[in-house]
Amino acid sequence: MKAIVTVMPKPAILDPAGVAAGRAMEHLGLRGVRSVRIGKSIEIDVDGADEKQLHEICHDLLSNPVVEDYKLEILS
Amino acid sequence: MFNTNPVIKVAVIRFPGSNCDTDCQAALRSFPGVDAEIVCHKETGLSGFDAVVLPGGFSYGDYLRCGSIARFSPIMGAVRQAASSGVLVLGICNGFQILCEAGLLPGTLLRNNSLLFRCEHLHLRVESIDSPFTSALENDAVLEIPIAHGEGRYFADAETLESLYKHKQVLLRYCDKEGNITAPANPNGSIGNIAGICSHGRNVFGLMPHPERACESILGSTDGRGIFQSMINRVTKFQSSTTA
Repeated sequence: MKAIVTVMPKPAILDPAGVAAGRAMEHLGLRGVRSVRIGKSIEIDVDGADEKQLHEICHDLLSNPVVEDYKLEILS
Repeated sequence: MFNTNPVIKVAVIRFPGSNCDTDCQAALRSFPGVDAEIVCHKETGLSGFDAVVLPGGFSYGDYLRCGSIARFSPIMGAVRQAASSGVLVLGICNGFQILCEAGLLPGTLLRNNSLLFRCEHLHLRVESIDSPFTSALENDAVLEIPIAHGEGRYFADAETLESLYKHKQVLLRYCDKEGNITAPANPNGSIGNIAGICSHGRNVFGLMPHPERACESILGSTDGRGIFQSMINRVTKFQSSTTA
């Protein structure tokens, strides 16, 4: 099974790295930058896992539910 | 059996990447009657120890999130069990991050809002002496203890925060040298200038500053000793009540 997990800071959480990257984009001439948020993308290739188990791993290990949301996409 | 000179045994957990373990051990051993032993993260038991310290460092290289992998180390089952049976558990810096990831303390620690790694002496106000970690201190006392972290911005949702304040679980807050809680005194953007919190049961305490680095006058401050002294007082009291 191949899957991609996307982990993002929750909307209410200040992401100072995203803010800094956004400012750099403005310095490079990109106008109208409203928001930049930096998260993680995790590629998983695993034999024999079920989706429920992967959700548990996403919840317990790959994201911190206090401050992050995750999205699990099963590719194959 | 009655023991007139009880020896207090403290476990200092060493994870791959811990780097304040021997400092914690040395600080603890500077107290009479206290021995501190380094315990490998691969161990699964903590019997015979009176208190547990999760030291600072960069466990597992801070991969994924600070403390997120250490949380699943074999020793953490024993730490969890110790915490639930009332044993004192102290998490310093990365140890605090691990305790939050493990759910033994509420909230979490995020990247400093300045994005800078802050390494400096600063001031902390004692918010409550009603805990086994602050009982030897005075309410509103100002401590000078160093910090050294890049991810120390304490965050908890509004409901959790309200509960923390209501139950006096916030034990230390960043302040200026006069004890005023101000924005410039906040080194990392922590909500409410929070530097350290204890569990609802009060026997688990996490803080970002390093008390073990403020235990000798040659290091510039001895204000960290009060935290360890509080723990020792509690263990001594417990020992005398069970052996009497």
